[in-house]
Amino acid sequence: MTRPGTEGEPLRVAIVGAGPTGFYATDQLFRQPGLVVDVDLFDRVPTPYGLVRAGVAPDHQKIKAVTAAFDKVAAHPRFRFFGAVELGRHLSVDDLRAHYHMIIYTTGAQTDRRMGIPGEDLQRSHAATEFVAWYNGHPDYRDLSFDLSQERAAVVGVGNVAADVARILSRTPDELAATDIADYALEALSASRIREVYVLGRRGPAQAAFTNPEIRELGELTGADITAHADEVELDSLTRQALERAPDRATQKKVEILQEYARRAPSGKPKRLVMRFLVSPVELLDDGRGGVGGMRLVRNRLYATATGTLQPKATDQFEELPVGLVFRSVGYRGVPLPDVPFNDDWGVILNEKGRVLDAQTKQPLVGQYTAGWIKRGPTGVIGTNKPDAVETVTAMVEDLARDIHLRPRDASPPGVERLVRERQPQYVSYQDWRRLDEIETRRGQETGRPRVKFSRVKDMLAALGRA
Amino acid sequence: MNIASLLAKKGPKVITVQPEQTIRQALALLAQHNIGALVVVDGQGCPIGILSERDVVRSAVRDEDVFTKTVSALMTKDVILGVPQDDLESVGRTMTDRRIRHLPVVDQRRLVGIISIGDVVKAQRDLYRGEVETLQLELTEEHGRPAHR
Repeated sequence: MTRPGTEGEPLRVAIVGAGPTGFYATDQLFRQPGLVVDVDLFDRVPTPYGLVRAGVAPDHQKIKAVTAAFDKVAAHPRFRFFGAVELGRHLSVDDLRAHYHMIIYTTGAQTDRRMGIPGEDLQRSHAATEFVAWYNGHPDYRDLSFDLSQERAAVVGVGNVAADVARILSRTPDELAATDIADYALEALSASRIREVYVLGRRGPAQAAFTNPEIRELGELTGADITAHADEVELDSLTRQALERAPDRATQKKVEILQEYARRAPSGKPKRLVMRFLVSPVELLDDGRGGVGGMRLVRNRLYATATGTLQPKATDQFEELPVGLVFRSVGYRGVPLPDVPFNDDWGVILNEKGRVLDAQTKQPLVGQYTAGWIKRGPTGVIGTNKPDAVETVTAMVEDLARDIHLRPRDASPPGVERLVRERQPQYVSYQDWRRLDEIETRRGQETGRPRVKFSRVKDMLAALGRA
Repeated sequence: MNIASLLAKKGPKVITVQPEQTIRQALALLAQHNIGALVVVDGQGCPIGILSERDVVRSAVRDEDVFTKTVSALMTKDVILGVPQDDLESVGRTMTDRRIRHLPVVDQRRLVGIISIGDVVKAQRDLYRGEVETLQLELTEEHGRPAHR
């Protein structure tokens, strides 16, 4: 028998999760010299692009434009997209094993880490990711509601998601209206009464994860003055020593920007954005009616671990922050997929360089792979998933050369289509998606916006004439 | 970025050796798993040392009986331990400055992994590549799609 990967018997690959990593892995497979590959890309929502559509902030259209590169990958004649098809609901791992030589899981980090403090489950305490998915029109989150009648909000964390949430809360209605933010979110945020947003970092300014462009952007908002506490953006001696040992211009610049914010006089803008450092929430306080009425903070100081990383340690100084709305953005975790081994320590699929491992034997499972955030955890930028997908595809090609792959019962493309049609008659193809994309863009042009998104699956299907 | 994401794709296996095992047994483990160092753990699984191929080579030069020696006789005892929350950057700097090739990582004294200087270099390279890739995409796609500017 010949090895799959030829015109006569193409290598059939299923990829679960149509975010950036799904496209990078697809692209990498199509680029293998001398290998003929069919890729079927699945996603549980009808639309592709994962977090580029549902995560990247609506006022960052430049980043969202990377989807044009994914469309080029999707134009390959051996590519198919099956949107609105969910693993564990419409298809099982066994179904995929019966139709493909190899499977790649690229489902990302779908849930957030908790703070683990009392009061975390009070009303008006939210995961920042849910707010992000909501304002971006993700079908699973569009019906959430956020009490924007509060005047003060806190965002816990200083990564890019925290920066996005703080910025979106601080934008003026006019600024938001120029983006592709979901309609209902535009309406809710336009009526928002929030006038103070606190961004809380547990370490110092030099250790904050957000980038200098992100911090600068926060200082250039039309409707919000930015400020910081002078004593919190002053460098501590450990950080100063570390920077002297290994000078880093970007970090120095970041600290300078924040120090400039601390010196800035308010210019009378309607909102205020307060950057806080070296503080950790220890409790969310009940307002007596089951909602957040405040936050108790402890001040931290830094200490060096054995490897020289500066970490926060709580002091005995506490303070209360009078906030009524809290968004936690302290990290993300992958969600286990049904019948796919999971590594609880790190919140990822159990794997070694992208090869999924058997939970008991810790040996590679034939034909199953993973890439992206569900493989390594949520790190880096969109493009970081490219070298990551390359590593996984390299493992796949190595295994194929050793004839290690699944032996599907029915490896024909029509076989899969029949099965999907039977389990999920309403699946969305790439052609369907391009039509939705056109309609969304056209609706946007009418109102001077990049696009007006569909956020309900039934509206998407109706627009495709499948009421 | 912290080093947890390096461990996340290394699988759950950390090859360890007990201090009373022989160098012959330790070498067999190194060869079998194609690795350069073993974490030496006590009865509770806590790391108490590290045995690298270099430790063995150095000893073999002056000692014909190296194979029957115990791991504890040759291991490096003064080991720097990492924690999953350590920053990639400071770990890389510490490993380079102190010429450490392997860093055992513990979580509440439990050994959860080991990372090599090669892992660190590869992760740093991937981060830079990812940033370049993202910037290139933004530039070319922004240019190619004037309507969306």
